[in-house]
Amino acid sequence: MKFLLVEDNPELANAICSRMGLDGHQVDHAAKISEAVAFAQVGEYDLILLDIMLPDGDGRSFLKQHRAAKNDTPVIVLTARSQVSDRISMLDLGADDYVTKPFDHAELQARCRAVLRRKSGTAQPTTRLGDVEFDPVRGYLNVKGTTINLRNRELRLLELLTNAKGRVFSKQKLVDRLFSYEDDVSENAVEVYIGRLRKHLEGSSVQITTLRGLGYRLDHDE
Amino acid sequence: MTNNVVVFGSLRNRLAMILTGGAALLAVLLFFVVRAYATQIAQQGQDSILGASVSSILDAAVLRDGAVELDFPYASLSMLSTSADDRVFYAIYEDGALLSGYDGLGAVLPVQSGESMFTSTNYDNATIRVATASRILIGIDTPRQVSVSVAQTQDALAETLNRISRNVALFGAGFFALATALAFWAASTTIGQLSRLTTSVTRRGPQDLSPFLKPVPSEMVPLVGSLNTLMSRLDQSLKQSEDFIAEAAHRVRTPLATVRSYAEATFQRVETQENRDALRSMMRAIDESSRAAGQLLDHAMVTFRAENLEREDVELDGLLRDLVQRMMPVADMRDVTIDLESTEPAIIRGDPVLLQNAFRNLIDNALKYAPADTSITIHVQTKPRISVDVLDQGRGFLPAEMDKLAGRFVRGGDTQGHIGSGLGLTIAQDVATAHNGTMVLSNRPEGGACVTLQF
Repeated sequence: MKFLLVEDNPELANAICSRMGLDGHQVDHAAKISEAVAFAQVGEYDLILLDIMLPDGDGRSFLKQHRAAKNDTPVIVLTARSQVSDRISMLDLGADDYVTKPFDHAELQARCRAVLRRKSGTAQPTTRLGDVEFDPVRGYLNVKGTTINLRNRELRLLELLTNAKGRVFSKQKLVDRLFSYEDDVSENAVEVYIGRLRKHLEGSSVQITTLRGLGYRLDHDE
Repeated sequence: MTNNVVVFGSLRNRLAMILTGGAALLAVLLFFVVRAYATQIAQQGQDSILGASVSSILDAAVLRDGAVELDFPYASLSMLSTSADDRVFYAIYEDGALLSGYDGLGAVLPVQSGESMFTSTNYDNATIRVATASRILIGIDTPRQVSVSVAQTQDALAETLNRISRNVALFGAGFFALATALAFWAASTTIGQLSRLTTSVTRRGPQDLSPFLKPVPSEMVPLVGSLNTLMSRLDQSLKQSEDFIAEAAHRVRTPLATVRSYAEATFQRVETQENRDALRSMMRAIDESSRAAGQLLDHAMVTFRAENLEREDVELDGLLRDLVQRMMPVADMRDVTIDLESTEPAIIRGDPVLLQNAFRNLIDNALKYAPADTSITIHVQTKPRISVDVLDQGRGFLPAEMDKLAGRFVRGGDTQGHIGSGLGLTIAQDVATAHNGTMVLSNRPEGGACVTLQF
């Protein structure tokens, strides 16, 4: 997915870009409102992440401008201000959601996904693997005509595996991606979700292969 | 607050008392002045008749053959008849010796002739008015002095005076009543200006600190002026502290966010267990501090707003629906579902920002302790009172700690693995109290915690 990040603090912007890059997203960075406006006019973004306190104005004025220009790219506000007073005005101005700094990237991802799901119509780019169709935004998996609604971790696991077909993921890597560092889970927890996905994919041309001592890999018959 | 103002007297009563007292004094004064004047007039009337009577008797006195002869004119006594049948006495003296009539009228014999002297005295158990005049009759040998006294009781006079007094008293009382009514009206209108100012200040919302601009009487200008100055100072300091809180939060959180994001990006790359553990505790520390900062600011804001509670109709079910939608992504991440059970609109008077904050804290808590693949239920009830239960399927509360958990910075003994500041339940309880409600903690029989806010 393609993001526009509007954030004046270069270190934070850098950190967010590199973290989002890890998940395979492409991020353009604007440090000012003027840059952000220029980026938003030219580029097609799936989502805009907007800081509120910017050197050449308030992020809220960008939001107003953005909505006035009938640009319906969803906006998630990154706010560092007090939680009680700010949130209501933010949503009133047309932000789709907001995240309070500092944030957990898993939460940001989840919020992005939720916003995209709310905003998206029926026509969504889906991933096709053999006889399996996968809609990562809405979390649907279609196996030979049967639609399955995936739970969040199943969805994220499948997304990870499909984004890098043929790559081997260690259990540790999967734990890191699926669980917050807060959840003190063992590597075995991944097996539960692998098991569930395998059950969903049963009878299809897609399968998850276990490589003993190395991890898992997604394969499918052409 | 009205309850700690020391009340000393009342302007309205003081004003009314002064005006009424003045009116009473004036009424009494009026009574006595009019009565004295009436007495004087009536006395003058009686005196002039008595004087006329005396001089007509005296005129009839002649000296014949050296002896005083007096042909008593009866008209001189009949002119004294009154409605009250006053008694009339007379006495005639010749050179100071009683010639005829009643003795002991106490008449003072005038030195000069021609003029009447009037005295009041007691005679035969009645107050009488005595008029005395004398005349010198020049005879052949010696001049003779003839004195005549005519006296009359004062029953008719007293009756007239009583009647006048009664009327004057009635008039005085009427004047007093009217003046009192006017005094109260005047006091009320004057004080009414003050009450109007009070009402318009009281009726303002707690956030309205704009100056008072309606016209006021000149005497109240200094009061309204200092009130306006006070409000503008308060407004300014509130704005400053709000800006300060926002700015402080921004300054603290932005670098924390930078560290957090770097740590997380690094965490995804490093392989050695030792480094991973280090990064893990680093992120945990960052989350602890940012959460504590957030909760402290929230708590300060809740305390401030609870003291200045702005009430409006809040649809609890709608508010909860929005909140659930907003929390859903976080719940999804943990594979926890949130179910909102509400059958009919639940509307309470309150501050939506506070209520939202309280429920967010409760749902946050439930999310923290709910195991994966379970559900959190929010149950809204409207009967008998409006109450909201937040139920999870976690471990529940430790029974021994339940009554302490709402205290500030108190955390359960079984929460080591979870990040928290110990303020979530405090905030929820403060919000409930501010809305005249209560917070009740319990454990569900089927396992899990239940927090109930009753309004």
